[in-house]
Amino acid sequence: MQSEPVTVRRRDLLALIGTVAGSAAMYHAMTSLGLASESRYKGPIRLEGDPRGASVLVLGAGLAGMTAALELRKAGYTVQILEFNARPGGRNWTLRGGDAFTELGGHKQVCEFEDGLYLNPGPWRIPYHHRALLDYCRRLGIALEPFNQLNHNALLHSVRAFGGKPQRLRAVKADFQGQIAELLAKVTQQGKLDETVSKEDQEILLQALRSWGALDNGYGYKANLISAEFRGYTKDPGGGLTAMPEPSEPVGLSEVLKSRLWRYLRGFAHYNFQTTMFQPVGGMDMIGKAFAKEVGDLIRYNAKVTQIQQDARGVTVSYVDAKNPGAVQQVHADWCVCTIPLTILSQLPLDVSAAMKSAIDAVPYAASVKIGLQFKRRFWEEDEAIYGGISYTDLPIRQIAYPNYDYNRAGRGVLLGAYLFDGPNSYEFTAMSPAERVARAVEFGAVIHPQYKSEFENGIAVAWHRVPFVLGCAGDWSDEARAAHYNNLCQIDGRIALAGEHASALPAWQEGAILSALDAIARLHDRVVRT
Amino acid sequence: MGQGFRRVRWPVRLALSAVMMLSATARAHDGPENRIFSSGFNFAETTGEELFTNVCQGCHMPDAGGASGAGVYPSLVADKNLEARGYPVYLVLNGRRAMPPFGEMMTDAQIAAVVNYLRTHFGNAYDDAVTANEVRDARR
Repeated sequence: MQSEPVTVRRRDLLALIGTVAGSAAMYHAMTSLGLASESRYKGPIRLEGDPRGASVLVLGAGLAGMTAALELRKAGYTVQILEFNARPGGRNWTLRGGDAFTELGGHKQVCEFEDGLYLNPGPWRIPYHHRALLDYCRRLGIALEPFNQLNHNALLHSVRAFGGKPQRLRAVKADFQGQIAELLAKVTQQGKLDETVSKEDQEILLQALRSWGALDNGYGYKANLISAEFRGYTKDPGGGLTAMPEPSEPVGLSEVLKSRLWRYLRGFAHYNFQTTMFQPVGGMDMIGKAFAKEVGDLIRYNAKVTQIQQDARGVTVSYVDAKNPGAVQQVHADWCVCTIPLTILSQLPLDVSAAMKSAIDAVPYAASVKIGLQFKRRFWEEDEAIYGGISYTDLPIRQIAYPNYDYNRAGRGVLLGAYLFDGPNSYEFTAMSPAERVARAVEFGAVIHPQYKSEFENGIAVAWHRVPFVLGCAGDWSDEARAAHYNNLCQIDGRIALAGEHASALPAWQEGAILSALDAIARLHDRVVRT
Repeated sequence: MGQGFRRVRWPVRLALSAVMMLSATARAHDGPENRIFSSGFNFAETTGEELFTNVCQGCHMPDAGGASGAGVYPSLVADKNLEARGYPVYLVLNGRRAMPPFGEMMTDAQIAAVVNYLRTHFGNAYDDAVTANEVRDARR
C-alpha cells in the first residue's frame, strides 16, 4: 500500500483495475492471475487410520505448530513441541500493561498501557473467508468481535494534497465516484459511447451513474442534498426549528485526481480486507492461548533448536536452553513438523535435500513495524466521531488505526500509531531505537490529530526484524522464488515436513499457517498409515 | 531504477506547527534531530553513512556487531567476507536467508555507497572502492 514503484507491478495493476473497473473486475483479474479462490478449508481434518504409536516432534508453538500438534495427538500420535519463547503463540501475540519485550540489540521495553488496553504487534484482523482460522476459533471457544477495516469517517491524508489537511474518507470516495459518474454521463449523453454501448444499455448506464455517483436530475455532481447523502453535510439534519440540513461542497474532478487520495480506496476493495473482518475479544493472543489450553502440556518452552538431523529411522533435534545456553539436549521422534521461520531455519544445520535447502534459503522476510500509543482520552471518538477503522497517510507512519473495542468509553485509549509493511519506511523505523520510533510516531501523528500533543502518555514499538524469535515479519515470496522453490519447500523431505505461513499461498496470514499445517500433516499421516 | 525518488528530510518539510512540536518531543529519544525518511518505494538516503544508519543497522546494529536470537545477524566488524567486494554487492542486491534484497529499492550508486562505507568502517579497511557500474553489471 505504501509502495510506489516506477514500473507497474502486479498488485498495482490489480489496484488500478479495482479502482477503475470495480472490485468485480479486479476479482476476475485476480482469478486469472491465480490469486483469488474459494477457501480451501473443508471442515475439521479427518486423519483416519492407525499411526501405530508413531511419534512426531513439532518445532515451534505458533498457530501452525499447535494446529499440527492438536490434530496429530487427536489422531493417535505421540507429540512433543519445542518452542523458543517462554509463551505459546509465536507471532500470534499481544502486548499489555506490564509485559516486557527485549528486542535484538538489547533495548528492553516495558508496556505501560492501562489494564484492558493492548497492542497486537503481529496479526490483528481476520477476514471472513479465512474459514480454517474461524473454525478453530469456534471450536476453541474464542469470542470474536468486528474489526472495522472501513470507517467512512476516518481520514485520508497526503502532505501534498488539500494543503496537507486530512480529508474524510466518505468525502473522497463520494467525490471520486461522483466526478467519474458525471464525466461518464456527459460522454454518454454526447453520443460518444454509441459505437460501443447499445442505446438501451446507455439508458441503464445513465440510471446507474445517477445512483452510484449521487448525481442530480441533470446528471450533475453538485453541492446539494443528493451528494450530501454520500459525502456528508456542512450542517447535519437536526430537530425542531433548526432541523434543516445544509449540503457540503464537492471537490472538483481535477483536485480529486491530483490529490491521489483515491489510491487508498483500493484497500477496502481487496478480497483480504473486505467486510466483515474480525478480531478476538481482548487481544489476538487469545487464539494462541486457547490452542495452548489444548496442547500446552506438550510444549517445552525456552528451547532453542540448534540442529535437525534425520536418517531412515527417525529425526533427532538438538536444542539448548534459550535463556541459559548450556548442555545440548536431544529429542528423537519418527517424524518432524518444522514451523521454524525460514530466516532462522536457513541458518541451522539441517539434513534435507539440496532442493529443499535452496528453497529455505530463497525467501526473504518482509520488514514491518507497529507502534502502539496510549492517550489520556479517546479524542478520536470524543472530538472526531471516529469509532474504529483506519486513517491512511503518506507520512512515514502510513496508517493510524483506532481501537475496535471499548467504543464511546470515557478514559484512556490505545491506538496503532504506525503500521509499516515493506518499503523503505519499514527499514527506517526498524533502524531506530524503540524510544525514537515512538517519538517519531507521535510527531507525525500530530500532523493528523493535533490532540496528540496534549494527550499522549506512552507507547511501545515492535520492529519485526528485531524480534528474536522470527527475525522478520513474514515470508516475502517473489513470483520467481515461488515458481522455482515453493513446491520444493512444501514436499515432505524424508521424515521432515515444513509448515507455517511461509509454506502457504497466504503469506503473513494466520490462515496460511493453519492451512499449511493441515496440508502437511494430512500428507505425513498418509505416508505413515501406508507404510 | 533510480531517478524517481524524492529526498525528504522530515519534519523540516512539514507545516510550521509540526516543526514547533518537534522541539517539544525531541528529548523523548536518542535519535538525530533531523532524520531522512523516504517517501516512496525507493530509499531517499544517498551516502553510505546515511544508508547504514537508516537501513543496515536495523539488523546489524549501530556498531555493526550483529545480534543473536533464535537466529543470528552476522557481525560486519573486521569482516573477512567483505574482502571480495563482489560478495557484499551481491548480498545487498539479492539478499540471502535472513538478509532481504535491496536491489529494487536502492540505485546502483546507493548500493555502491553503502558497500564502500562498510568496507572502510567498523574495523574494515579495504581501499578498492566499488563503482556504480560494477553494481549495474552485477544486477541479474
